[in-house]
Amino acid sequence: MTKLNSKIPEGELQTKWTKYKSTVPLVNPSNKLNIEIIVVGSGLAGASAAASLAELGYKVKCFCFQDSPRRAHSIAAQGGINAAKNYQNDGDSVYRLFYDTIKGGDYRAREANVHRLAEVSSAIIDQCVAQGVPFAREYGGYLDNRSFGGTQVQRTFYAAGQTGQQLLLGAYSALARQIGKGSVTMHTRHEMLDVVIIDGKARGIIARDLVSGKLERHFGHAVLLCTGGYGNVFYLSTNAMGCNATAIWKAHKKGAFFGNPCYTQIHPTCIPVSGDHQSKLTLMSESLRNDGRIWVPKAKGDTRKPNEIPEEERDYYLERRYPAFGNLVPRDVASRAAKERCDAGYGVGASKMAVYLDFAFNTLRYGQIEANKHNIHNPSKEELVKLGREVIKEKYGNLFEMYEKITGENPFEVPMRIYPAVHYTMGGLWVDYDLMTTIPGMYALGEANFSDHGANRLGASALMQGLADGYFVIPYTIGSYLSTDIRTKAISTDHPAFVETEKKVQEQIDKLMHIKGTRSVDHFHKQLGKIMWDKCGMGRNEKGLTAAISEISTLREEFWKDVRIPGGQDEMNTELEKAMRVADFLELGELMCKDALHRKESCGGHFREEYQTEEGEAKRDDDNFTYAAAWEFKNVGEWELNKEDLNYQVVHPSQRSYK
Amino acid sequence: MNLTLKVWRQKNEKDKGAFVTYQVDGISHEMSFLEMFDVLNERLIQKNEEPIAFDHDCREGICGMCSMFINGRAHGPWTRTTVCQLHMRAFKDGETIVIEPWRAKGFPVLKDLMVDRSAFDRIIAAGGFVSVNTGNPQDANCLPVPKHDADESFSAASCIGCGACVASCKNSSAMLFVAAKVSQLALLPQGQVERKQRALSMVAQMDAEGFGNCTNTGSCEAECPKGVSLTHIARLNREYLMANIAE
Ligand SMILES: Cc1cc2nc3c(=O)[nH]c(=O)nc-3n(C[C@H](O)[C@H](O)[C@H](O)COP(=O)(O)OP(=O)(O)OC[C@H]3O[C@@H](n4cnc5c(N)ncnc54)[C@H](O)[C@@H]3O)c2cc1C
Ligand code: SF4
Ligand code: FES
Repeated sequence: MTKLNSKIPEGELQTKWTKYKSTVPLVNPSNKLNIEIIVVGSGLAGASAAASLAELGYKVKCFCFQDSPRRAHSIAAQGGINAAKNYQNDGDSVYRLFYDTIKGGDYRAREANVHRLAEVSSAIIDQCVAQGVPFAREYGGYLDNRSFGGTQVQRTFYAAGQTGQQLLLGAYSALARQIGKGSVTMHTRHEMLDVVIIDGKARGIIARDLVSGKLERHFGHAVLLCTGGYGNVFYLSTNAMGCNATAIWKAHKKGAFFGNPCYTQIHPTCIPVSGDHQSKLTLMSESLRNDGRIWVPKAKGDTRKPNEIPEEERDYYLERRYPAFGNLVPRDVASRAAKERCDAGYGVGASKMAVYLDFAFNTLRYGQIEANKHNIHNPSKEELVKLGREVIKEKYGNLFEMYEKITGENPFEVPMRIYPAVHYTMGGLWVDYDLMTTIPGMYALGEANFSDHGANRLGASALMQGLADGYFVIPYTIGSYLSTDIRTKAISTDHPAFVETEKKVQEQIDKLMHIKGTRSVDHFHKQLGKIMWDKCGMGRNEKGLTAAISEISTLREEFWKDVRIPGGQDEMNTELEKAMRVADFLELGELMCKDALHRKESCGGHFREEYQTEEGEAKRDDDNFTYAAAWEFKNVGEWELNKEDLNYQVVHPSQRSYK
Repeated sequence: MNLTLKVWRQKNEKDKGAFVTYQVDGISHEMSFLEMFDVLNERLIQKNEEPIAFDHDCREGICGMCSMFINGRAHGPWTRTTVCQLHMRAFKDGETIVIEPWRAKGFPVLKDLMVDRSAFDRIIAAGGFVSVNTGNPQDANCLPVPKHDADESFSAASCIGCGACVASCKNSSAMLFVAAKVSQLALLPQGQVERKQRALSMVAQMDAEGFGNCTNTGSCEAECPKGVSLTHIARLNREYLMANIAE
């Protein structure tokens, strides 16, 4: 029954990619000059792909909605990027990175893709260093590493709390170099609003120039969607305000299957919501869990200040429940544990929906190390704190500042208050081994695809995946498609398919502008977010999901009757931009709930309350659900489910244990 | 709190633009400055008026998109803070706040508080990179970098490209921005090969974009939300001089 062909190469897992690379058809240099590729997105995935493809000789057009490619949301990644370098000599290897990622994903990812990711991880670091990315270094001048959740080795490379920024600026500089050479044409402040399909193949896009409001047609032999995640469907998330699903959603409606839409990552350490005005949530990097200990008071409803609660009256619940991994359990586990404590009445802060992340213990520990280094005997506690703070500051300084600016509290003095927030979407467009969607010639890279993280992503692995896709995977895999396309001449954008698609986009805009209703776009977005968070968030159940599906469809109807968009369409109109994005979220939200409803098991970030072990851990159902769900769009609110069975040949799924 | 806002409104690049005064009440101290704008915009929409356009995206001080000139200061009253990180705690009840876009020849206003900063992208495209193709460079640890240089390079690289340095400079000079990139790469072994050419090309592009000369007033450093230091300008000057001598 399946319409899916994952195109996983034959052979041993360890040799698949090497063999693939040496046998994939190539496009010769002179033919490349006549082939045009559209790259939508300039984040890690898009910028690295656009630059690498242009270096190969393809003609590339790149798009982003911000005013510069350097501002894609990859810039906000804080903690780090994984690579199986084993620089620490602590037992890391390609296999271990592969295994950790598969296990972290709760055995819902494709082995072949994940293994390839682990294989190329090392080259990513080399590439970035060659570009001048200033990673953190030790005194000897060599690269430093730290730990992230769900692993027992130190394989995370970082640049203070600004790793994403530095990696993106590296990719952006490579992109800028190609723009300077004229081999990439960059279109900033442009939003892709639809895909153009000719003879069943993706052949271009319709984009709106956000400054003039004009619609434009762009041809490409192939189209790459590198448009990031869709966490903003929840309204509040750690994503940037502009992050959206429009590009992948429009592709989905034109035939690209959507993979595992319900797999959402709720990140355990974010600054809690402070009021109704809240517009976004701010992440406090997972790296803080290297040195911060998470706790709540042992007594319910304890109103004392954190520093007044003595050690023995604190419940370090992660260390208690998961002694092997302690504060470094994977995100899904840590988030649920925080929710469990708060729901049970142990939460802290004004809202009682927060837990403490406390650096006092490790401040003293570092202080002691420093004191030893400097031959200070019998240091006082004040001295230890002073010395320790310097170390903590060097590691996380910018995060502490960020926290203080938002909350007005100094985390050196009082523990941080944190709570889980929507952060990342493992789901995305279904892609095969080549990263091609079910529309020939249309690819999805980075967070926009569903490929490597299964039901839960490990920290520091999204940056790795985005750059792997763009630098080291697509430059090879795209050849397998384009080598058959070298005779296709550039298609004129007067082709009826372009004209027709543009007309449809125009009609949608006209329709939105003519509603002239009474409520703002944000009003609807907030409502949708509330439904999603309450019913399709950290805990999900049949009753809630069923209700959510009907509530979303009602909300969608109201939106199309009552939304108000001031201003005109032939000019810069930020409300119109938002409205088009929210219109798509209102459809996607429903699919997420449908997917969550159909998956009658708990796995990774998808926690169905009906399916849990006695200790409250996620309970998978491997017999019935070892597959990726790939949804085919039929009509608004109507989908057909296709399944890609996941065959584990090397790793044997078992219950994930971090005890 | 209740506030009076004087906000620059300008329909498009060609429009002349003017200040418009708004009264906003019921603002809480916990809100961010941009959330206060969200509230105002929501009210404008309710009144069927066009909301105020402003640039923003990450809202956590890293993308460099937000850009407002508040009471005569780029990014407002807090030091080392972007507008999106500024919170209403910084203001008093009853205060009047004047909000303008970045003003510089190199940054034309597009609408209301939004400006066109594409000149910065063109400066980077002129030479702000290491010319290395994707492929098989040597192992990352074959290039040890003294920690001090690495840290110094990182501090230059923390520039978010927001343009506050230009906006707060009386000459609209982009030196701090250019210096940050030149300095980052000049401090690393990877950047040596193209060191001279980079300084020359980037400065030439900066001049071509219409940014003014640096007269060492230091307001860029004072207003830079990332604390990019003037020492990088000194380094750029040296780099530029050396490159010119070599020519
Ligand atoms: C706060 C935060 C911290 C994180 N920290 C880490 C970390 O430490 N380690 C880690 O591995 N991962 C981290 N992640 C996850 C990781 O940053 C992202 O998954 C990754 O950067 C996504 O990269 P991307 O290239 O797929 O998308 P993005 O960087 O989001 O880029 C999307 C691009 O698409 C463009 N775009 C989108 N829609 C359209 C459209 N319709 N038309 C035109 N252009 C469009 C945008 O302009 C942008 O250029 C973090 C995420 C967040 C939010
Ligand atoms: S140097 Fe500072 S002020 Fe200038 S663009 Fe960079 S971050 Fe902004
Ligand atoms: S919105 Fe990103 S830095 Fe302010």
